[in-house]
Amino acid sequence: MEKSDTDQDARLFAPMERTGRLFWIFAAVLLSIWLWGIYAWSTQLRRGLSVTGLNVPVYWGLYITNFVFFIGISHAGTLISAILRLAHAEWRRPITRAAEVITVLVLFFGLGCVLLDLGRPDRALNVLLHGNFTSPLLWDVASISTYLTGSTIYLYLPLIPDIAILRDRMPGRRWLYKPLALGWTGTPKQHRLLEKAIAVMAVIVIPIAISVHTVVSWVFAMTVQPMWHSTIFGPYFVVGAIFSGIAGILIAMAIIRKAYHLEAYLKPIHFNNLGLLLLVFALLWFYFTFAEFLTTYYGAEPAHMMIFRSKTEGAFSPYFWTMVVTCFVIPFTFLCNRRTRGTVWGCVVASVSVEVGMWLERFLIVVPSLSNPRLPLTAPSYSASWVEWSLLAGFLAMFILLYGVFTKFFPIVSIWEIREGREQSVKEVITRVESYLPGIPEPIHE
Amino acid sequence: MARWGMLIDLDRCTACQACVVACQVENNVSPGGADQAELGRAISWMRLVPFQEGGHEHGTRPDLRLVPLPCMHCEKPPCTKVCPVKATQIDHDGLVAQVYPRCIGCRYCTTACPYTVRHFNWKRPEWPQPMEQGLSPDVSVRPKGVVEKCSFCHHRLQQAKDKARAENRPLREGDYQPACVETCPAEAMVFGDLDDPRSGVSRLSESPRAFRLLEELGTKPKVIYLSKGAWGGEV
Repeated sequence: MEKSDTDQDARLFAPMERTGRLFWIFAAVLLSIWLWGIYAWSTQLRRGLSVTGLNVPVYWGLYITNFVFFIGISHAGTLISAILRLAHAEWRRPITRAAEVITVLVLFFGLGCVLLDLGRPDRALNVLLHGNFTSPLLWDVASISTYLTGSTIYLYLPLIPDIAILRDRMPGRRWLYKPLALGWTGTPKQHRLLEKAIAVMAVIVIPIAISVHTVVSWVFAMTVQPMWHSTIFGPYFVVGAIFSGIAGILIAMAIIRKAYHLEAYLKPIHFNNLGLLLLVFALLWFYFTFAEFLTTYYGAEPAHMMIFRSKTEGAFSPYFWTMVVTCFVIPFTFLCNRRTRGTVWGCVVASVSVEVGMWLERFLIVVPSLSNPRLPLTAPSYSASWVEWSLLAGFLAMFILLYGVFTKFFPIVSIWEIREGREQSVKEVITRVESYLPGIPEPIHE
Repeated sequence: MARWGMLIDLDRCTACQACVVACQVENNVSPGGADQAELGRAISWMRLVPFQEGGHEHGTRPDLRLVPLPCMHCEKPPCTKVCPVKATQIDHDGLVAQVYPRCIGCRYCTTACPYTVRHFNWKRPEWPQPMEQGLSPDVSVRPKGVVEKCSFCHHRLQQAKDKARAENRPLREGDYQPACVETCPAEAMVFGDLDDPRSGVSRLSESPRAFRLLEELGTKPKVIYLSKGAWGGEV
C-alpha cells in the first residue's frame, strides 16, 4: 500500500529528486537579473534618491506602486487558500500550497519596496523606537508583520506531514527535514491536532489579510489629497488585491504544471474554477472603479476633476485606458467564454492581462494625484529611472527564483492532502451531500 | 504662550524674491545646481508660486500673481500626524518642527501636505566653494535623504528668547523676526504673535482683505495673506 502510494505520486517527488539543466539555466538568468538589481541599489545608496525619476511634487513613484502591487499579490495565497479550506472546496487540494508560498515570499518583497523608498533606510528601525500610532504607515508595519507571521505559520502547518514523508524518503536531506518535521509520525492524534491548528489559522488569517490591504489603502485615503481621500479605498484595494492574487496563482499553476508535468494534478477543471473566481473579481473591480470615477465626476470638485481629467483624457490616459482593457475587457471576454476559461492558456492570458492592469491601477493611484497638487506648481512630469526599473526587475527575478528553489525542497503540491482526498474525502463528500437531502437515511455515527 | 504667525500683503509685494534669497542664505539651503532644478528638485523653503487670474476665456489676458509660499505652520497640520516616527511635530513654541536626525525619509509628510512646501534631500547638499565657508553656524546642515522645510527661522526665536532672558525682560514685538520678513524691502510681510491683540500681525489679520490658503481643508494655517479683489476662487 505504502509503496504503490508513493509511486502513484512519483511526479510530486520528482522536482526534489532531480534537477534538470533547464532549471539551472533559468536560475542563472534570474540570479544575474537580481545581481543587476543589487548594483542599481548600491548606486541608489551611494547617490541617494536623486538617481530615481522622482521630483517635487511627485515624491512617490515606482517603489510605492510596487509596494501596493506586491502586497496585493500576497492576497493570492493565504486568503484564497483559507477561504477554500473553510468552504470545504475539495478542488483546492493541489492548489493551496502553490498559493501560500506566493504570499510568504511576496510579502518580503512588498516590505523591501518600502525600504527602497526610504531616504534613510539605515534609520528604518526608528519606526519601532519612535513609532507614531497616528500614522497609517505604522498601521501598515503592524498589520503586514502580523500577516507575514500568520501566513508563514499557515504555510508551515500543512507542510509538516509532507516534510515527514520526505524525511523518510530522502535520507540525504535528513538534516533539513528531520528538525522541520517535528517528530511527525502520522498518528490519529497528531492528525486531529494538525487539522484543528490549520482550521484555527485559516479563520485567523482572513481578517488579517483583509486588514492588510485596507490599511495599505489608508496610507492614501487618510490624507486630504484629491482622489486619494476616498472612503471606498479600503474595500476597493482589497478587491484589487484578491483580483491580482488569483491571477498570480493561475500563472504560477500554469508554470509548475508545465515545468513539472503535473497535468494529472492541475487539471483544466482547477483552472476553470479559479477562472470563475477571477471573473467574479473582474466584475467587482469594474463595479468599484465605476463607482469611484462616477462619484468623482458627478461631484466635479475642481481639485478632483484636475486629476480625473489627467487620467481619462490627459497625460495618463494611455495608461488609464490600457488598465480598463487589461483589468476588465480582456479577462471578461476570456473568462465568460467556457471554451477559453476551461483551458490553461485562456486563464493564463486573462491572468497576465490582469497583472499588467492591476500594476497600472496602482501606478494610476499613486502618481496622478501627486502630479496635480492643489497649488499651481509647475513641475516636470515623472518618468521612472533605470534604477527604479532595475529594482523592479531584480525583485521579480528574485521572487521567481526563490519560488523555484522552494519547489526543489518542498512539494509544491501537497502530497498528504492529495492522498487524504483520494482516501477519505470522496466518501465524506458523498455523506455530506446525502445529509443535505431528504429521503436518505442518516448514517449512524459511532 | 505666543502663537507665531506671518502676514503677507500681496498688494504690497513686488515679487522681488528678496525673501527667497534671504531664506536660502539664512537657513543653509543648498542651491542644488541647475541640473537638479531642471528635474524639479530645487529646495526652497520660500517660493514664489504663480497663481493665474482670468485668461481662461478666449481673448482675455491672464493675470499672473506671484505668491510667496513658506510653510503655513498649520495649527492642524496634515503632515505631523502621518509621520511614522514623530520626526515632525508641533513643538512647544507652536511651530511645525522637523527633527532631521530622526527622519527616515519616507516622504509621507511631503505627500500629505496640501501646500507642497516640504522638501526632500534627494542628494547630499552641496555649495560652490566660497559659499561653503559662509554657512550659518546657527542652522544645522541637513544630510542626504531627509525632509526639510521652513522653520519660521526657529533659531532666531531661541536667540531672541536668550537675549530677553539675559536682559531680564519679556519678549517684545519685533524681537523675533524670520529672515524673509526682516528682508522684505516692500515691507509686505509682518510677523508676530497672533494672540496678542496689539501686535501688527493680529490687527492686520482682521482686515477684510485677509484670507488663508486652502482654508476649506481645516488645516488652520498661521500664514495669512492680504489682497484686494476676488481671491480664493482661482486657487
